[in-house]
Amino acid sequence: MKRLLNTLILLSLPFGVFAGGGVELQRADFDLSDKDSLQRGAKHFVTYCLGCHSAKHIRYLRIALDFDIEKDKVLKDIAPEGANIYDKMNSAMNAHDAEKWFGIMPPDLSLISRSRGPDWLYSYLKGFYSDSTKPLGVNNVVFPDVGMPNVLWQLQGEQKPVFKKVGGQQVIDKLVTEIPGQLPEQDFDRMINDLVNFLVYVGEPGQLERRSMGKYVLFFIFMIFILAYLLKREYWKDIH
Amino acid sequence: MNIEGVDKSKRQFLTSALTVVGAVGTGYIAVPFLAQMQPSTKAMAAGAPVTVDISKMEPGQLIRVAWRGKPVWLLNRTPEVLETLKTLDDQLRDPQSSESIQPVYTKNSTRALKQEIFVAIGLCTHLGCSPTFRPEIAPADLGPDWKGGFFCPCHGSWFDLAGRVYRGVPAPTNLEIPPYRYITDTQIIIGEDTVETSA
Amino acid sequence: MKTNRWTDCGNWILDRFPLTKFWNEHMAHYYAPKNFNFWYFFGSLALLVLVNQFVTGILLTMNYKPDAKLAFDSVEYIMREVNWGWLIRYMHSTGASAFFIVIYLHMFRGLLYGSFKQPRELIWIFGMLLFVALMAEAFMGYLLPWGQMSYWGAQVIISLFSAIPVVGEELSLWIRGDYVVSDATLNRFFAFHVIAVPLVLVLLVLLHIIALHEVGSNNPDGIDIKKNKDANGIPLDGIPFHPYYTVKDLVGFAVFMFFFAVVIFYMPEMGGFFLEHANFIPADPLKTPEHIAPVWYFTPFYAILRAVPDKFAGVIAMGGSIVVLFLLPWLDRSKVRSIRYRGGIYKKALLLFVISFIGLGYLGTQPATPGATAVARVLTAVYFGFFLLMPIYTRWEKTKPVPDRLTEQPSLEDRIPDFVETFNEVTIKTEGKSGLFSRKLNYQGLSAVSIRFLKKIKGSLD
Repeated sequence: MKRLLNTLILLSLPFGVFAGGGVELQRADFDLSDKDSLQRGAKHFVTYCLGCHSAKHIRYLRIALDFDIEKDKVLKDIAPEGANIYDKMNSAMNAHDAEKWFGIMPPDLSLISRSRGPDWLYSYLKGFYSDSTKPLGVNNVVFPDVGMPNVLWQLQGEQKPVFKKVGGQQVIDKLVTEIPGQLPEQDFDRMINDLVNFLVYVGEPGQLERRSMGKYVLFFIFMIFILAYLLKREYWKDIH
Repeated sequence: MNIEGVDKSKRQFLTSALTVVGAVGTGYIAVPFLAQMQPSTKAMAAGAPVTVDISKMEPGQLIRVAWRGKPVWLLNRTPEVLETLKTLDDQLRDPQSSESIQPVYTKNSTRALKQEIFVAIGLCTHLGCSPTFRPEIAPADLGPDWKGGFFCPCHGSWFDLAGRVYRGVPAPTNLEIPPYRYITDTQIIIGEDTVETSA
Repeated sequence: MKTNRWTDCGNWILDRFPLTKFWNEHMAHYYAPKNFNFWYFFGSLALLVLVNQFVTGILLTMNYKPDAKLAFDSVEYIMREVNWGWLIRYMHSTGASAFFIVIYLHMFRGLLYGSFKQPRELIWIFGMLLFVALMAEAFMGYLLPWGQMSYWGAQVIISLFSAIPVVGEELSLWIRGDYVVSDATLNRFFAFHVIAVPLVLVLLVLLHIIALHEVGSNNPDGIDIKKNKDANGIPLDGIPFHPYYTVKDLVGFAVFMFFFAVVIFYMPEMGGFFLEHANFIPADPLKTPEHIAPVWYFTPFYAILRAVPDKFAGVIAMGGSIVVLFLLPWLDRSKVRSIRYRGGIYKKALLLFVISFIGLGYLGTQPATPGATAVARVLTAVYFGFFLLMPIYTRWEKTKPVPDRLTEQPSLEDRIPDFVETFNEVTIKTEGKSGLFSRKLNYQGLSAVSIRFLKKIKGSLD
């Protein structure tokens, strides 16, 4: 019985819905080399996400090093009260409470950008709409029957869906703002992009370094190629 | 095949050039391969400085904390012990600690920032066993010459209560002292001696 | 004086160890046909990738934890906190895919030039055993990151064994060591992946090369070069492997490493083909991802499995698609080896086979819709048709006369002017930018070139 219940709960909650709803994903506009944006994103992450979601594969130290900011500044501006610079971004929520409140531990977000992709994250974070039939009063266009409340609703306001008929079925066409939030739409979009930027960074903190290193490696291999080719040509003069 | 008329020197040159570049390339790829065996960020995080509260230490008490996985001793030395330390110089191998490893600010007669509190890494400088703390004077097993100190059970090295090694034992130098500083009068941070400002 | 001492030291060893003999037999006095073309790079490249996998694999085991609770996190630990761990891990994960690319091209070379035919049957058998061992190695290695795809992929593949009548259930239970894929499975797969199968691979590589050097290499003309020897008994069309093919293979190594580095540094996930997105989610035994597909190199066989509506028959078909490859030397009854002298039927059959293999590979990555399954069935029929009808069509088809000596064909280098010309034809110069980027596609030229290319292929199929 317990197992059945667990399965039912799991089926109704995050993950598993890969293809998403019928709505096309919006494009996230982010730039990993924009360290200000990353810093803002980190701050938003700690403020709005870290309450429930951890990012247990990254340490504050790494953020300080990668964003070129002082360790003390990371501890003061980004990390929650009392965190150590060597700490990982752990959530304050423990698994026991989480299972009581949500039926499941909210997933760790370290790799969410690699499993879902930045555009999905952007569309998801912007895709909440009022739906009185759901227990939390909200639903999501890219994640039907979502188990997470819209934590940003005060900033974003409330959205409602506009339906259209496709092949005799009601399908969400777009979302329109019903009650405006504290942030103008442009600022809210920027905030989401900052957050997505940070999550993409957290997915693979070394990716900028990796890409910038690539050209030197390729150049070096090209040098080897030139020399090897000249040597081969020299030797093969014997053959023809 | 026609081997005649071959420009041998050009071949030699290209072969050497490719060998050199290849060796450099092998060197480049060897760096990451070898560096991956260096301590990782996790090891460094576990080796972060540790803060110790010494307000509850009683005279003569020794406490052990782990820093970088090594035992670090903090010993509250009594005035009698400090008196004894002054009398040992001729029995010690390196009484002035001139050949031993310690921060400059502990290179003094008591090997400490404040003479009561002795801080040292509790690993014998011989082969890395952790010596035992034997504060009693002239116990039966160590003999009448024992003035209180650290005794390494592995190979029988003797250290006094300032971690200084006796003559005629295998250990070559005094016990190592880690960098440390007082945050307040009752708090010591081990593994760090100046306030860190940046990475 | 110093040099002399070194020489003495070297001689001391050489007097006691047959290094010179070994070197001569396999390198300096191993005579290979002088007309190896592009397709002959992949054998040595496979060896290069094997070395890469060994070195990076050993380094990975130093930080990886084969424990269901720790495995996923230990991989992320390698990616983030171990010095250069990301590079080593990407070299290993990209190396796995590169291995299959290289091996598939190496096998295709065999199909092109009849390298499996008498007297090289045993080389082919060892090669096929290598291929099977490599698939086992890759499959077990893929479980180790313990992501969702690792887990459910293993679950599905191990369940295949349960289709075997009578012993199936017991067998799959024995393989897993548990009722589902679990910690026990992970631990034993780790043992197989890091030591057992690699030992088998090394042994088979040795056998493969020893057998090859016994009978000598085939060549694009499929001619036996040992038939024409000079006074010293050296094949007239043969050249010493060292230095000629060592320097040539070095060029191949450099080109390969270039592409390899492009993937590692710029696209390590390769759009989800080399590292699947769902594998960034830790394994969850209670929830299957919506769409599971094996890694790309298994998808042709996976598509064959799905194309058959019966479970047991599907497993048989999938196994058969590999077993039939072993039989190739005896299925092919043609008198000539190389495709250059075969008749049109084999050429067309091979083209169809390539289409079916790639098509099945694509379908294996896609969800099984009724339409896709129907196509997969046709392609499966083509796949098996290529092999099973081979005794008939190769025996009856008209072959071309095979020359006595190797023929001269334009090499890649000779074709560079052609490539440049083609490039100029399919692009037109635009204003503003300079260099390579100043040109954009010219659709007229592109279509003309494509038509010519297709006509050429059509012509060459006869």
